[in-house]
Amino acid sequence: MSRQFTLAVALALAGSVVQAEVVAPQEVAYGEYRAIETSLSGAPGDPEAGAEVMTTRGLGNCVACHAVGALDEVPFHGEVGPPLDGVADRWTEPDLRGIVANAKMTFPGSIMPAFYKTTGFIRPGDGFTGKAAEEPLEPLLTAQQIEDVVAYLMTLRDE
Amino acid sequence: MRQTLRTGAAWAALGLAGSAALAPVATAQEANLVINDEIEIVTKAPAPEHMDYVREIFSGWEYRSRETQDLQMDDFENPGMIGVDNARADFDTALGDGEESCASCHESPEALEGVRAVYPKWDEAKGEVQTLEMQVNECVTERAGAEPWDYTGQRMTEMVALISSVSRGMPVDVAIDGPAEETWEQGKEIYYTRYGQLELACANCHEDNYDNMIRADHLSQGQINGFPTYRLKNGKLNTVHDRFKGCVRDTRAETFSPGSPEFVALELYVASRGNGLSVEGPSVRN
Ligand code: HEC
Ligand code: HEC
Repeated sequence: MSRQFTLAVALALAGSVVQAEVVAPQEVAYGEYRAIETSLSGAPGDPEAGAEVMTTRGLGNCVACHAVGALDEVPFHGEVGPPLDGVADRWTEPDLRGIVANAKMTFPGSIMPAFYKTTGFIRPGDGFTGKAAEEPLEPLLTAQQIEDVVAYLMTLRDE
Repeated sequence: MRQTLRTGAAWAALGLAGSAALAPVATAQEANLVINDEIEIVTKAPAPEHMDYVREIFSGWEYRSRETQDLQMDDFENPGMIGVDNARADFDTALGDGEESCASCHESPEALEGVRAVYPKWDEAKGEVQTLEMQVNECVTERAGAEPWDYTGQRMTEMVALISSVSRGMPVDVAIDGPAEETWEQGKEIYYTRYGQLELACANCHEDNYDNMIRADHLSQGQINGFPTYRLKNGKLNTVHDRFKGCVRDTRAETFSPGSPEFVALELYVASRGNGLSVEGPSVRN
């Protein structure tokens, strides 16, 4: 076997392995305490990208409901949910992944939207157009964006 | 940390401690909003009996900035009154090709005092609950033989603003029993349904979280006693159903259409949550 050919096979394999490691929204395994043990994307999260997702309207827009002291250069934080300062002291990384992916698992009936869920909605719409959309929808955040947000949340420590 | 309440059951279990903590509770009915130094507007009142989780009701005026509030205290400052003036002229204008105008049947807009306060209302002849817009269109088409007006169009909205303006200060008093009850129940069901990809019901924002900030917005109880509202944001009079549509759209849901049976039912239900507040339209909001 030529060297080049070996490399091509190896790359193809590597590619498929990375893809297989992304856990699809329907296949997420929530643990006994609604935690998700391992990365949804198969890769580590980037806290800086996570902060961007948290403050961007079309993405997580988490600050619409939660105040985050470390993000106070971004104006207008909401008060619908609890402030997230020190959240990594209260929850483990798998807990936080579970909360961001589908908070209704951890907090039944929560107003907090499920960011990694694609089916089971009432009159699902196509984004903010007001028009109908077919399920499964795209989740609000991708697997990697969830990981980025979780990585950012893990930086929020008081102690 | 603020206690966040999620379900009716949680509210009940806490004996309404949450609502008392979240909202300013007035002891007496004070009229802070007086229009033209003359018309006293009740902007807070005890909640109607049918409401389980809220003790006191507040007009959206309570949640606006001082500057926005002030605009509503003087008709010369209220931009919505331009629409009212337009409708006053329209009131005497012949409809369609015929001779008939609103004034042919109703001497003056003032003759319609009290009407806004009781709509939406059961219509015996039609066997359905009618909004004020539906009633206006009934007059336009059946009595004057003209083409119907667009439900949320400028002409309709200005006429509804005129009819509201002559009832300002009167208590909202829509009937929810008798033949209207079924429609009211349907509206209540819609109010508590969590629509769209964000899975949010009207109640999540306007019952569980009024007086809280959601990003830059100060959440009100979503009352409709002030409609049509002149919104500084889009510089025009806005109808109830357009507001409903915007709020449902913001949940990433497929909305209902203005004038649809669902929105008519929702309007009756939401109006009934404001029974006891004053008619305030055209109000000013941001
Ligand atoms: C519409 C409101 C809303 C949005 C948007 C929202 N949350 Fe929440 N969140 C809540 C509420 C309310 C709670 C408290 C749990 C409960 O009572 O439902 C909560 C709880 C949490 C908790 C647990 C906090 C603690 O101290 O126990 C975390 C972590 C969290 N949210 C993260 C996020 C992140 C990250 C995002 C965006 C990707 C987000 N939230 C978006 C409303 C929201
Ligand atoms: C995600 C939060 C959210 C949801 C869900 C929501 N609204 Fe709103 N609504 C708002 C915001 C923000 C405003 C503007 C500030 C205010 O007046 O509360 C608003 C304003 C309103 C107003 C205008 C009040 C005034 O005085 O001008 C009405 C009426 C209203 N909403 C009704 C509804 C109804 C009915 C539903 C359900 C079909 C609903 N809303 C769902 C966020 C929401």
